[in-house]
Amino acid sequence: MQNFQNMATIMANLNALAGGLFIIAALGIVATRQVRACLKFFILQSIFLAASAFLLGASPFSIHLMAVGAINLVTKVMFLPWLLRRLLKEEVYTRREITQVVSIPTSLIIALVLTIAAYFFSLPWLKAAGMVGAPRINVPVGLAGLLLGAYTLANRREALPQLLGLLAMENGAFFAGIAIAPDLPIIVELALAFDLLILAFVVGVLTRAVHERVGTTAVGTLARLREEGQK
Amino acid sequence: MSKRILFNVLQVLVVMGFSPLAVGVLSRLKEIVQSKQGPSILQPYRDLWKLFSKDEVVPEESSWIFRVTPYIVFVAPIFVTLLIPVLTDYPLFWAFMADMVGAGFVLALGGFFAALAAVDTANPYGPMGASRTRMVGFLAEPIFLIVFFTVSFVADSTIPFIVQQKWVAPISNFFEPSHILLLIAFLMLILAEKGRIPVDNPSGHFELAMIEESKDLEYSGKGAALMKWGGWMKFFVLMIVFLNVLLTPWGLASTLSWGAVLLAIPLILVKILLFIVFLVFIESSLAKLRLFRISEFMSAAFVIAVIAILTSAFTQLGGR
Repeated sequence: MQNFQNMATIMANLNALAGGLFIIAALGIVATRQVRACLKFFILQSIFLAASAFLLGASPFSIHLMAVGAINLVTKVMFLPWLLRRLLKEEVYTRREITQVVSIPTSLIIALVLTIAAYFFSLPWLKAAGMVGAPRINVPVGLAGLLLGAYTLANRREALPQLLGLLAMENGAFFAGIAIAPDLPIIVELALAFDLLILAFVVGVLTRAVHERVGTTAVGTLARLREEGQK
Repeated sequence: MSKRILFNVLQVLVVMGFSPLAVGVLSRLKEIVQSKQGPSILQPYRDLWKLFSKDEVVPEESSWIFRVTPYIVFVAPIFVTLLIPVLTDYPLFWAFMADMVGAGFVLALGGFFAALAAVDTANPYGPMGASRTRMVGFLAEPIFLIVFFTVSFVADSTIPFIVQQKWVAPISNFFEPSHILLLIAFLMLILAEKGRIPVDNPSGHFELAMIEESKDLEYSGKGAALMKWGGWMKFFVLMIVFLNVLLTPWGLASTLSWGAVLLAIPLILVKILLFIVFLVFIESSLAKLRLFRISEFMSAAFVIAVIAILTSAFTQLGGR
């Protein structure tokens, strides 16, 4: 019994650790200069999300959470990066440095404030809802992931990092979701995962079209309308 | 009681004796990774021997600070060694003289005097290196503080011997998120504080790029030997704190007997060897950052440290 209790504490701690590393990966997406590094941080973040799902699904065994973890690993860790690398080859590999609206140290500090705000706002809410255990760890982390993804979306000028910000937001929502609603039907998870792929595909194709038309993918600087044929 | 004093002195001897070896092994391994042969691992000892038997030249314009600094730089890590668990996992005689903040203060005092001495001689490269060191230093300061806050918050103490016990007792403590994140932040701190590669290139002697090396350019003879040895000991002490207090608090002597304590010495050396291999891996796979990107590296470390304290605060409030 003692041993079992110990094991449960280790699992809870590991889940919290996955949460901490999840936030750090989100900060990596906010603050790295290179598109490839951004993509790698996104993959890492998805791995930590899957890890959290597996850890939560292991102790009271839940096939749903296991399925969520597995779907995550397949779509976000393997398939999506492959798709992006294929669709946007020159974007991922040849462009090394990407521009940001706010400088990196400043945006890290802003990101930190967002993280603290996520903890600050979610705790009273969790108390009021009477949730204990895993939601206490997962909900603030997920909310922080959501905010940091939104910040990435606002801060980046390039199309691909913006897409990664959007996907990071989705990761954050999932991270909170697996603790609040662990018994979501698998069909919903599958539909979501499939939606994500469609999203990535559409944005990828769109980015390619923009690149062909305008010669850049810095969509943040495309502010003026222009009629076709008029130079 | 006398045994505790003896063991405490033994710790100092271990740090003094093996710190050149650690540096020698580190530089040799780096050269091997770069497919060169590299100097012998005993080269730092030979350097010390050579420098100690040479005459010392002191610039005429320099003040007493220049003359006193080598002794302070040399003595500061020795003081810190008295406070940290090098060989034993129970407190020794001088363990309660100061806590981790005090130890950090003593180390910073050495760095402060080294920077002053670099400015003192009016050599053109000295002040430049000193001001750069101070820049890294003041960026490192908030991280140090947050790391100490986190440690005291998690372990309810800042005495290194007691903190070290915290991670051992129930093994689940070791996996606390704040602990692991703390490790990452502290590792980045060590890299910055000792001028290792993402921040500064320790083997580079190109005047315009160096940070750490330029401070003891003016020293010769015994002064240079003391400065070098002090720097190596500081590196060794930081590694010991990282390994024995935070990362691997196992393998230390737990009984008050000579056999256990002497057996702990090779275990420490093995741990440090593994850490050095890891350090070589980092140093060989990363490039040195440009000077004004150091602030990005440090802000990343700061953010990790703050998240460490955030997660620990909220796991404690959450009541698991």
